Amino acid sequence: MTRLKRYLPTPVLSLVLLVVWLLMVRSLAFGHILLGSFLAVTIPLLTQGFWEPLPRVKHPIKLARFVLVVLWDIIVANLQVSRLILSPSREAHPGFIEYPLALKDRLAITLLANTITMTPGTVSTNIRLDSSSLLIHALDMDDEQALIREIQERYERPLKEIFEC
Amino acid sequence: MTFYVITEGIIAFLLVAGGLFAFTGSLGMLKLKDFFMRLHGPTKGTTLGIGCVLIASMLYFTVTQREFHVQELLITLFLFITAPVTGHMLAKTGLHMHLRFYTGTRGSLPEFRDEDVGQSRVARPARAHHPWRTKAKRSRLKRREIV
Repeated sequence: MTRLKRYLPTPVLSLVLLVVWLLMVRSLAFGHILLGSFLAVTIPLLTQGFWEPLPRVKHPIKLARFVLVVLWDIIVANLQVSRLILSPSREAHPGFIEYPLALKDRLAITLLANTITMTPGTVSTNIRLDSSSLLIHALDMDDEQALIREIQERYERPLKEIFEC
Repeated sequence: MTFYVITEGIIAFLLVAGGLFAFTGSLGMLKLKDFFMRLHGPTKGTTLGIGCVLIASMLYFTVTQREFHVQELLITLFLFITAPVTGHMLAKTGLHMHLRFYTGTRGSLPEFRDEDVGQSRVARPARAHHPWRTKAKRSRLKRREIV
């Protein structure tokens, strides 16, 4: 068991790597499975030193739901930004906001920052060094508090539940 | 037969929609007023644009070659991982270089901490020559909307 853990520290990552490799070469030949497995074992071992200890996903179903919500929001985000760009009369009101982070885990914060960048009119610009707040640039902002509340409700709370941190 | 017509319609629609989204994203680079606003175009407009084109490609090859084509999903995956990181790094660089922003921006420089904006100005590369902005036009822009 310990030996397996030593040579295969992150089984999920290894599996993902193998699947990605097989998808890239588009074949299920034995040679490719062998090469893929080799890569799936070596790459995590080589990059092990760079990884933060990963938090365990406690609720996979909630994670799936979160992904779907984010995908939907990406579509909405695109429509909103496109409308803003295309309508000549509408003035955008950009702004910087400081978002107080409730998440503690670094991977969860990274996920949140990425989500914010992908979704409606917001780009995360800076994580403060004490990692307690996130600086966000909003393309079109009317109410700072409403925006903060929306991010909290829609993205941060599900992430918190998924990783239980 | 009708199946092919319908799929063809869907594929065509996705391709056109993807093209339009990518185009608006790029148009945003031209139209929006400062660096941080322009950042919104490529991080969003293009993701959905490329997403549409990739789904269209997946459908097309799945239907015509009668086997599943899913490696486009990989492109989407890599795009979703890399696009926000690039956006974040660009925004951070912008802050550190003290790039000017639109006067209407709420939340101002004094609210930034030193760690956000950097202690001193970073040397900026020589100003690129803008093909359409003549000198007069630039000064007009400067007076009107950009600090």
